[in-house]
Amino acid sequence: MWAWLHRLGSPKRFYGWSGALARWSGWLSLLLGAAGLYYSLFDSPPDYQQGESVRVMYVHVPAAWLSMFIYMSIAAASLVSLVWRIKVADMVAAASAPIGAWFTFLALATGSLWGKPMWGTWWIWDARLTSELILLFLYLGYIGLLAAIEERDTAARAAAVLALVGVVNIPIIHYSVEWWSTLHQGATVTKFDKPSIDLDMLRPLLLMALSATLFYVTVVMRLARCELLERERDSQWVRALVDERQGGESAR
Amino acid sequence: MSEFFHMGGYAPYVWASYLLGLVVIVINLWLPWRAERQVWRQLKRRRRNEERVCESETS
Repeated sequence: MWAWLHRLGSPKRFYGWSGALARWSGWLSLLLGAAGLYYSLFDSPPDYQQGESVRVMYVHVPAAWLSMFIYMSIAAASLVSLVWRIKVADMVAAASAPIGAWFTFLALATGSLWGKPMWGTWWIWDARLTSELILLFLYLGYIGLLAAIEERDTAARAAAVLALVGVVNIPIIHYSVEWWSTLHQGATVTKFDKPSIDLDMLRPLLLMALSATLFYVTVVMRLARCELLERERDSQWVRALVDERQGGESAR
Repeated sequence: MSEFFHMGGYAPYVWASYLLGLVVIVINLWLPWRAERQVWRQLKRRRRNEERVCESETS
């Protein structure tokens, strides 16, 4: 099992399978996203309290879910990199950070856009909103730390430690709506008993969330591959790849 | 149709959310596109320089 993992994590192997993964998840994301968009805009009912403004949720909830999912991926990759010294894990973690920051921003911005008509305010220092804002700062801190340290491996290790410490914020975000009396509504999907959301609303929500997750997989794999090529530029297999590309171009 | 764009009076909020979502997606498509272009350009340049060095050494 470990030997197998190490083989998958070897730069050359990783370059091979990550390309296929990026392609497939990209197409699947597009497909699910198209279906999700159709359901969220055309084929789902208005909420009995929120009216049509509920459609903001089909952007907001997937973005918020992805903001936490990407952070957990960074933390998991950081752990792998610290414990097993698999270089590829560093690259995946580093490549995830900008994507995570963008989706955290999207979750906050769409939350504001929904909060204005529904709560009557763009922003409130509520536990859920504040902890999500802290998540954005964690992403920015992580990106800044990576950029600030010149030596690559030191930077990766320092950023990995920061990412792992920051994990404490994730359960805080998730449970904030239970632990404190917040303005933000409670969970309706991730509950142990049956979700308390109508199926017609759950459908676009899940489609959009799945599409967003696959979108992340595509983008992170493509970014990590670039980093990998750059770091491995002197290795035999990258040189062979470059020759192949150049040969293809001169033949054209 | 105009009723659809009206979104029960929440049009600015709903459409701004979808537009922002689109913007974030486009940015995240552009980031790897740019990275790929840069890395391949750099790799090819290095390769060409190597070849030039080799040629000048043999001549």
